[in-house]
Amino acid sequence: MRTSSEIETISKRASRAAGFTWGISEEIGKCVRSLELYKISGLENLNDYLKKIKNKDPKGLQKVEKENRLEEGNFCPIFTGVALLDASHKVMELKKLSITSLDFPILLIPFLNRISYKIGKMIEIKFDDIEILLNLNNYISSNTDLRKKILKSTKQLTINVIENQDTFDSKVWDSLYKLSTETFVDESESYHHY
Amino acid sequence: MIKIDYRDPKKIMTLSRLGSFHQSKLSFLRSFIREFKNWKFDRVSFELNNEGYGSAVYSVNNGERTYSLVCFTNELNADERSDRVIATKWDAAFVLHDGIPTQSDLNRLKENVPKQEVGRVSYKELTLSRANKSVRIFEHVIEKLSQGLQPDHKLVSDVGYLYRTTAVYGSGKFGLADRYRIKDRPEICGPFRLEMMLVYLVRQFTFDQVNHIAKCKNPQKAVELSHDIARNLGIGNSTGLGMAPFIVNHPTLLHNWIFSREEALKQIREIKKVNVDDFEYFKSCLERSEKNINSWKTNSEYQNEKIEKLKSDLNNLKKNFFSELDTKQDYLWNVIYSWIEENLSDEGVEYIVSMMMEPYDSIIEPLVANMSSDEDQYFDIPAEKTVSDLLSIIESHYSKFLDINFDDKESVANFWFISKNKEEPRVANRYEEGGSHLEQPLAIARDIAELYKRLKKSPQSNTVGEFLLLNQEVRHVVRRCFIVENFPYSEIQDNTIDKNLIPIDMLRLKLSFFGAQKFDPRSDKWLRINMYQGAPLIHELKSSDDTWMYNLA
Repeated sequence: MRTSSEIETISKRASRAAGFTWGISEEIGKCVRSLELYKISGLENLNDYLKKIKNKDPKGLQKVEKENRLEEGNFCPIFTGVALLDASHKVMELKKLSITSLDFPILLIPFLNRISYKIGKMIEIKFDDIEILLNLNNYISSNTDLRKKILKSTKQLTINVIENQDTFDSKVWDSLYKLSTETFVDESESYHHY
Repeated sequence: MIKIDYRDPKKIMTLSRLGSFHQSKLSFLRSFIREFKNWKFDRVSFELNNEGYGSAVYSVNNGERTYSLVCFTNELNADERSDRVIATKWDAAFVLHDGIPTQSDLNRLKENVPKQEVGRVSYKELTLSRANKSVRIFEHVIEKLSQGLQPDHKLVSDVGYLYRTTAVYGSGKFGLADRYRIKDRPEICGPFRLEMMLVYLVRQFTFDQVNHIAKCKNPQKAVELSHDIARNLGIGNSTGLGMAPFIVNHPTLLHNWIFSREEALKQIREIKKVNVDDFEYFKSCLERSEKNINSWKTNSEYQNEKIEKLKSDLNNLKKNFFSELDTKQDYLWNVIYSWIEENLSDEGVEYIVSMMMEPYDSIIEPLVANMSSDEDQYFDIPAEKTVSDLLSIIESHYSKFLDINFDDKESVANFWFISKNKEEPRVANRYEEGGSHLEQPLAIARDIAELYKRLKKSPQSNTVGEFLLLNQEVRHVVRRCFIVENFPYSEIQDNTIDKNLIPIDMLRLKLSFFGAQKFDPRSDKWLRINMYQGAPLIHELKSSDDTWMYNLA
């Protein structure tokens, strides 16, 4: 079994060799390591993507907008991820974003998970028929098994920042609260010191 | 009460100062012994043939957790023995296993551990190492013991070890457990604890092995190595450039090491009334430690000059200053520090700083727990900050770099790279060797200067995120700027690609924190050291005190 440390180092060095700068390669190392820790096929997606862009000039977002599209070709998931990460406040402000034509969308997931942590809100992403929920860089849940998934591209990916809200009904809360009060003790007059 | 400032990172973080650091109470060898002195050490199995080849297992446990050292030794021809990292065979190979190894683990380890980098271990293993005999004394010791005699004291003392390791690996290398799997264990909260454990157990193995071979050679007459001689032996280590980039690549960890030292010094200088016993203790450690300095032998002109400076500094201190000192004086340590900073060389200053820590367990121990770092926590760039914020950080923390002329060929003479043969860091002259286009991101001073130039040309109110969209080539140093802002001792304040770079200064810094002694540079790129010389033997651990490194016989 390869260790997280080896996965991070190899991903970083391979990305550098493929033409990314050291700073971006460091980001890729962290992100691929994170995907692999969640048992998502980060390494395989990266390997295929680096082969695809050999001697090419991948493009990322030049500005984070509500709707992002290139005139020609697909967005690079790495440059797009880094641009979104560096504009986390803008992502939070926009709440809903779409990216049209994106290569290897699985590689974008860890960047968005880090954004979720930075802004303190859950993020939902959808592409093709896959729905993924990212929770503060702590867990990733998905309606699809991503363990062996290699996705070469998607036509449309949407990002939805979810406002922090309860997942339960207020009646359930009231009921539990009532039960919790059974650990309290009635205060008698003798406890009043003021 | 006077308030002492922390020492200026721009002064302390220069390579010449960092390359003058010495072991101290904060050092990892010493904190390992303090932490594990009450654990139970056992030799679980010892299956060596008459020549000392085979395997052995040692365990360390506290009733709840066990760590086991598994040792493998095999015959090695003289022409196969090399300390260089490119070697593929060694006299002995070691691995620290988490728990008690099963027979199946032992079989797996036997197949892989002797191969080192080309073998594969698992998450059940924690550290990995190999070592070669010191041919000079190994045979001599066995010969003497087998004749019923003890080895020549001077010869053994001069070398100082029976084996020297050539690498100790940990944290996810070659399949070893990643740090995150074990980092919350309280006994290993200090850095490199498990590496230190491996080396300590290897030292015991070397004694058991020579005793065993001597006994097999002459069962009637052989005697065991005397405890006094054994205690005086450590484990040697040959260290090359592999260690140097570590301190650049782990900025928050570096800060935490140096800051602990600076915090200790600050607290000590702020003591108003110095206890007479504490001051006497300091003086006694200083006196005992001089034996170490006098036994420090090297052929390196560079190192000999430093040793002579240190000796002369200590004479100067004793002759011209000690008589003036009185514990009735307020802030005595601060008086001493001010004097040494004024009158001694870097070697002398840092030596005395280490010595000043000796009486103060209560100051040092809490700091040891802060010497690790959860580095991922500081990885993200706060890209919402502005170009102007970033410029201020550079001007305040990296002003030294801005004065360097990087158009001058000598300022960029060297480059760091990873060797294809061994996947190890190396440094070479940019104008004499090929491959500088594959340079590692270790030229921090040059890249910070480049970042500064680009920032100056950018709109000051832009966010760092906006700046980075067009300047990803400098992203790696933007990250460092935001680290140094909060961790001022995280950055070496020198140009690490300058023509006059002395890489062993970087090694010396790290090794001093390990607690190594007797730095012996073999060139400007690698050196030999000794670890655990004078350390208590396993049966003496419980009753040992923390000044064992001054016990050289």
